Amino acid sequence: MQTAHSANEANYLTYKGKYKGLFGWIFSTDHKRIGLLYLYSILTMFSVGVLLGLAMKFELLAPGKTIMEAQTYNSAFTVHGVIMIFMVVIPGLPAVFGNIMLPIMIGAKDVAFPKLNLLSWWLYVLGVCLVLSALLFGNGAPDTGWTFYAPYSFKSGTNLLPAVFGAFVLGFSSILTGLNFLVTIHRLRCPGMKWTKMPLFVWTLYGTAWIQLLATPVIGITLVLVALERIFGIGVFDPALGGDPVLYQHLFWIYSHPAVYVMILPAMGAISEIIPTFAQKQIFGYKAIIASTMAIAFVGYLVWGHHMFTAGMSGTAQYYFSLLTFIVAIPSAIKVFNWISTMYKGSINVQTPLYWAASFIFVFLIGGLSGLVLGALATDIYVHDTAFVVAHFHYIVFGGTGFAFFAAIHYWFPKIFGRMYDKGWANTGWLVFFIGFLALYTPMFYLGMMGMPRRYYDYLEEFHSGNILSTFGSWIMVTGLVIIVINLVRSARKGEPAEMNPWNSKTLEWTVSSPPPVENFDEIPVLDENDGPYNYK
Amino acid sequence: MENTANNDHVHYDAEASKIGMWLFIFTELLLFGGLFLIYSVYRFMNPEAFHLAAEELNTSIGALNTVLLLISSMTIAMSTTTLQLKKKGATLGLLAITIIIGIVFLVNKYFEWGVKFDHGIWPGSEHLLNDFSQGEILFFGLYFVMTGLHALHIIIGLAIIVAAIVRIQKGTVHENRAALLENAGLYWHLVDLIWIFLFPLFYLIT
Repeated sequence: MQTAHSANEANYLTYKGKYKGLFGWIFSTDHKRIGLLYLYSILTMFSVGVLLGLAMKFELLAPGKTIMEAQTYNSAFTVHGVIMIFMVVIPGLPAVFGNIMLPIMIGAKDVAFPKLNLLSWWLYVLGVCLVLSALLFGNGAPDTGWTFYAPYSFKSGTNLLPAVFGAFVLGFSSILTGLNFLVTIHRLRCPGMKWTKMPLFVWTLYGTAWIQLLATPVIGITLVLVALERIFGIGVFDPALGGDPVLYQHLFWIYSHPAVYVMILPAMGAISEIIPTFAQKQIFGYKAIIASTMAIAFVGYLVWGHHMFTAGMSGTAQYYFSLLTFIVAIPSAIKVFNWISTMYKGSINVQTPLYWAASFIFVFLIGGLSGLVLGALATDIYVHDTAFVVAHFHYIVFGGTGFAFFAAIHYWFPKIFGRMYDKGWANTGWLVFFIGFLALYTPMFYLGMMGMPRRYYDYLEEFHSGNILSTFGSWIMVTGLVIIVINLVRSARKGEPAEMNPWNSKTLEWTVSSPPPVENFDEIPVLDENDGPYNYK
Repeated sequence: MENTANNDHVHYDAEASKIGMWLFIFTELLLFGGLFLIYSVYRFMNPEAFHLAAEELNTSIGALNTVLLLISSMTIAMSTTTLQLKKKGATLGLLAITIIIGIVFLVNKYFEWGVKFDHGIWPGSEHLLNDFSQGEILFFGLYFVMTGLHALHIIIGLAIIVAAIVRIQKGTVHENRAALLENAGLYWHLVDLIWIFLFPLFYLIT
């Protein structure tokens, strides 16, 4: 069977290059293989994060100690946060689907710097190992919360240094991915692919890449300073030596708020691919979506202060940050209108990715509106540091990015693996997951409003019923997750062979075979006037 | 079977490399940007202490280092021109001068830090913590972090220049494939530029 193929007759999953077996993957500079490496490593870390989340929810099943001590709980939410933020949702969509799809979507054979791309993945692995080493060695796992707030981050006796360095290395990996994508989009678009003909997923990756590039260095230097503070005691964040811990918070959120848009923008991009495909209709307001993407990327830089309304800031600064926070909500709302208008009078083809996309809009809407409660000064003072905040960002980060990730994987799965998953099980998995998600996080809005603080392993008896519902929700959600993952893993090996274009989509990745050939295209495609990413008749 | 997926060796896009380097320079500027931000906040909060602490620094060595870096920026810029003119020997000579100047800069820095250490001033030292005000502690903390990080960048820059020299000698960097040398030059100018800001902030504004 496998006789002397020319490279492009073999697909990227089966071809044999310079190295064999595992080395053929971990030293491959093929963007599709690197994307899959990211997929597997991110899903591994995601499972670790989910297990920690489950353990925390189990602890909160009843007041008082249930399964772990307070200190263990502190470490659990810290490590859960570090893993989920730095290793799962930030690289999630860009590094997986960006890597696999971006070059094909713009008609290129690879990214601009394939070796640098591989280096990004290696740095990711190095960062993961550093953070995990903090769990295994030293005086216990970090317990500061994923934000590493000063002065606790250099007073805590736990093993913080490897975690801080790990986050720094993960940031460097993220910068290199962003840099690579920017150059790729600028230089490698196929003839005829003008800026106004790029698929929206590519546009959101473009906005994301700028944020990765321009925001990440700030947290890089901040984490370096925390490390130096721990090692030498340079004083910049230590109030005992004249330093200002609030300045640490500013620097931290100057990166970490834009990072929220690193998480959500590509998610919005994936949804903007899925909705027109399953409505078989031109996306409504293509240019408005582009403009709102770039507006989010820009205004997102200027709102970091809303994380610190209770930290001590001048009233004037609070007004501006609050106002800008309301302004940054507008472009997100524009997108929601665009998606819904796209579906209006479309030929809706109800498939698993559309279920995920539609539920994305639902949870994103709730998450976004609850964000306004936190962006308004008066209400923020009331719900700050309560379970309400936790519910809000899980609705956005998990409900937004997470749902979009699952939408994307069910959408591109036949292209990536060349096989179709079992749609019945995929839909069942989605439904169970969705119900579990709502049961898990919705009670936390209520609990937060009632005054239950976040980050405590214990709570008052009056919060018991809400927490029971939430913990049950976590079990239902994980059941859904297991169904989804088993279905996908099984289908990747044994599913029905997929067609070239099972969803009848118009973007370029559906014009190559499934799975794509090694070099994507035999000849670089050329777009003419009438071609476009969403030209459905 | 030939691994045709690795045709990045064949594909050469000087423009892409240059855009990539410029984007990387943006990230470096923001990395130092965070430190400049911290510096300005603490200078605003402790104007007198920063004034006193700055007088401890040796302006002559600082000025000498500034001149050295400016000259080295010139020599590396000249080397990109000589490469275009196909004068391989001159290019290598100019790059060697650049490297020597970079090393002299580091040696000066070493002596400068050494004098501070002899006076018992280093981050977290007892003399610094007991006998200086909070503003001065911050000044020296920032001084060591910022000049130290800058010195690290000098070393990285030197490594890139060495890589360029090796490639020029091997003949893989030449007048039609000059991106590596041009990027080394861009990076070196960045290192120079950051120093141009560090010098007045720590040595001149007293």
